[in-house]
Amino acid sequence: MIERRDRPIGEDLQQLEQTWADPQGLAGWFTHVDHKSIGRRYLVTAFAFFVMGGVLAALMRLQLSRPDNTILGPDLYNQIFTTHGTTMMFLFAVPVMQGLGIYFVPLMVGARGIAFPRLVAFSYWMLLFGGIFLYVSFLAGAGPDVGWFSYPPLAESLYTPSRRADVWAQLITFTEVASLAVAVSLITTALKLRAPGMTLNRIPIFVWAQVVTSFMVLFAMPAVMLASTSLILDRLVGTHFFDVEHAGDALLWQHLFWFFGHPEVYIIFIPGTGLVSTIVTAFSQRRMFGYLAAVLSLVSTAFMGFGLWVHHMFATGLPQLGESFFTAASIIIAIPTGTQIFCWIATLWSGRLMVKTPMLWILGFFAIFIAGGLTGVMLAAVPLNTQVHDTFFVVAHFHYVLIGGAVFPLFAAFYYWYPKITGRLLSERLGVWVFGLLFVGFNLTFFPMHILGLHGMPRRVYTYPAAMGWGALNLLASVGAIFMACAVAIFIIDSIRALAANRVAAPNPWNAGTLEWATSSPPPHSNFLHLPTVSGREPLWENPPEQPVVVGLRTDARDVLVTHVLDAEPDHRLLFPAPSIWPFLTAIAATVLFIWSIFTPWGVIYGAVPVFVTMVGWFWPKSAQEGGTRLWPLQRSLPRPNEAPAAGGAI
Amino acid sequence: MLWVVAIVFVATLACIAVGVIRGSRRGSSGAPPPSQRVLTRSVAVAVALTVATLFGLLVASVSTGRTIASLHAASAVTITVTGHQWWWEIQYEDSTPSRRVLTANELHIPVNRPVVLKVTSRDVIHSFWVPNLQGKRDLIPGYTTAIWLQADRTGVFRGQCAEFCGLQHAHMALDVVAETDRDFEGWLDAMRQPGRDPPPNAIGHGREVFMHTRCASCHAIRGTDAAGQIAPDLTHIASRSTLGAGTLPNTPENLSAWIRDPQRLKPGNQMPPNALTDDDLQALVTYLETLR
Repeated sequence: MIERRDRPIGEDLQQLEQTWADPQGLAGWFTHVDHKSIGRRYLVTAFAFFVMGGVLAALMRLQLSRPDNTILGPDLYNQIFTTHGTTMMFLFAVPVMQGLGIYFVPLMVGARGIAFPRLVAFSYWMLLFGGIFLYVSFLAGAGPDVGWFSYPPLAESLYTPSRRADVWAQLITFTEVASLAVAVSLITTALKLRAPGMTLNRIPIFVWAQVVTSFMVLFAMPAVMLASTSLILDRLVGTHFFDVEHAGDALLWQHLFWFFGHPEVYIIFIPGTGLVSTIVTAFSQRRMFGYLAAVLSLVSTAFMGFGLWVHHMFATGLPQLGESFFTAASIIIAIPTGTQIFCWIATLWSGRLMVKTPMLWILGFFAIFIAGGLTGVMLAAVPLNTQVHDTFFVVAHFHYVLIGGAVFPLFAAFYYWYPKITGRLLSERLGVWVFGLLFVGFNLTFFPMHILGLHGMPRRVYTYPAAMGWGALNLLASVGAIFMACAVAIFIIDSIRALAANRVAAPNPWNAGTLEWATSSPPPHSNFLHLPTVSGREPLWENPPEQPVVVGLRTDARDVLVTHVLDAEPDHRLLFPAPSIWPFLTAIAATVLFIWSIFTPWGVIYGAVPVFVTMVGWFWPKSAQEGGTRLWPLQRSLPRPNEAPAAGGAI
Repeated sequence: MLWVVAIVFVATLACIAVGVIRGSRRGSSGAPPPSQRVLTRSVAVAVALTVATLFGLLVASVSTGRTIASLHAASAVTITVTGHQWWWEIQYEDSTPSRRVLTANELHIPVNRPVVLKVTSRDVIHSFWVPNLQGKRDLIPGYTTAIWLQADRTGVFRGQCAEFCGLQHAHMALDVVAETDRDFEGWLDAMRQPGRDPPPNAIGHGREVFMHTRCASCHAIRGTDAAGQIAPDLTHIASRSTLGAGTLPNTPENLSAWIRDPQRLKPGNQMPPNALTDDDLQALVTYLETLR
């Protein structure tokens, strides 16, 4: 099954490419199951939502640029800040990171595709329809207006009789269905579809980050779906979960919401650290220092991330001893993050550093994220927290953490992987401008908010009196937003222009070491014409020249190699699903169900019928000739990847 | 804490800067990298320093928290603060029911004495926050919790709702007036008096307007038939410094504009516009201005 590359390989590469190609044309477009196609859609869609959320943010900055401003009324402002927060968390940050995972995890582990490709296709449609639903509601004047946290009783029908709170709650259902689907696919891909020889301790850190994040998604998202579904039930059929008038509990919501809400921060940030590790390693031209420590840091962050939710609730008056434990947990979580930072510094310090645009963003990440992390340690202290909680200090803190910890690494990743995705290079010169404008604009916008918070300016206010003296710093923040908008505009122009330009990217323009660079830019339909095997953590740097490739997979069917979880030895072959329209149709049916159920409980009953029909279509048994998912006879004794060096190696 | 954090920030960024410079010099010159052992030791030392610093901060945080949360005194004044969309109901407790005082949006406290606030909410979640006196405490419907605060000097301290509570969250402020014991007791005595009986002239007409329009169905003026419970008590409205929970200074002109169209000044608040004749409005304002 695995042969040396120098032997003649009797595979029909053209047939292989045809087998893995998705159908062309508009009708075909709805049936794609190629992870690269879906990953691109995820990235473009999430970025579009980022821009929309950014426009809303700019409107808020416009309103707050001077005291007693009347450009936006309270009603519109409340819809805007709610939709901004909801967009950035659920429609941008989580999906964009998952989009990178969908595109790159299969490539980085050397697989032909992502596990459960139709489920991933379905998740994309759910995300898209959910986002469209939110923005159509917003433009129709029914945008949610009770905050991205939607606290009852404010979100109950008594205080929000309109459908606005339902729009928020159903958007959660849409996006959580999507992210849960992606999470299981990524976990399975990373654990079962790795190239032979990619033992657990050779998995690229970005893939580790995606696996850890996906496990967090599996545990965190159900909490918020439980909460939002209970809220919908309260509003739709009067279940009184959170209805204080009828012995419901207002605080219960906060526990459920933040049990999801705090891990959510790490769900966004951990893939960011994976990007930092990847890019620092590539541009230092050495293996990541402290690989094991970094991976364990990710895992421990994920565990601890579930133990600090109460620090969002210090002002509710919980007993002091209990609060102290959550203070301790919130402080301790700085240790694994700090460890990772020191490992990155050691890697930079001892490497042969090239400072190109992706690396600039990483340096920006360091400056901004460390500041945000340190204000986070401050916020863990109850005495300080109860003062600055729900003020602009917190707004500044989490934008430093999330923009610093996720958006800067994300831009680094855009510059780093754009050549791989498109086959074209972005402009280095414009890249410096985009970085400079965003870095300066970001700090102009958000640094003054620390001071505003310390001066007592609460969050989520649509205006403030001139007598408070908050005008000047707010104006400064609004000016900074202009810089940020310019940076994003230049980036968009450059990335469109680069598609047409002929700065063609080589397969490995940065001389990086991971497998996605072992194929052409952009990758072929089958990802790798010759499936690679691996004998080191950075295969392109460490594989010997005579490294074998995988052969023996059929070229006339979507044959993939499944490997063992721990040591990635070949296990069996599996036939992958072909393109299908059913995920799209199922997503439409589910969308009808979700939206209908906002208006009447009967929507759940009648709406379930088309969902059932489409699901039956999706899972209709297929004969062996048609393809479908079938096992080959198990063959556990496939040869090991050609006497690769023993697993392990120093960190 | 700020200093510790600032030092850590500068130190870490300095390390990164040095690392970047050394790394990129090596990129061009090709000098050998430091050994793995040196790197491991440096990272271990850095992690150890991090743990030690964080532990120090944890101890400081917990001990400060205990100090702040545990000051109790027998002589404490007990006040109940109830949140409403979008104003504060303030009640001074007393064992004799007739000596209880109900007011709104202006909290008077004696200086240098601990004050216990029992806080709750009648509708949605609000948060009581007077930055200069104490941290926040959420006002959660269905829960009553207690915080204490103490003013160390006389003065007026502004507070504002800090939990998003709907349309007019931005206009839900209150003033805390810290005054000497004598002033405080004097104020409390004045507050215990029922609304002054007006002489039968223009002012008396104003009172008629109040009683016979819808004002009285929401607002109360003690000593009269007006006993509405769902809006701020107006028994001593003229003594308060702001209107609409800190939206406007309490002047006769503002009061008149507020009564005519509160929706223009604080859109979405619960008080409807009132189509009164100019004479009636003038009389009503004149009457309310006597309620000191």
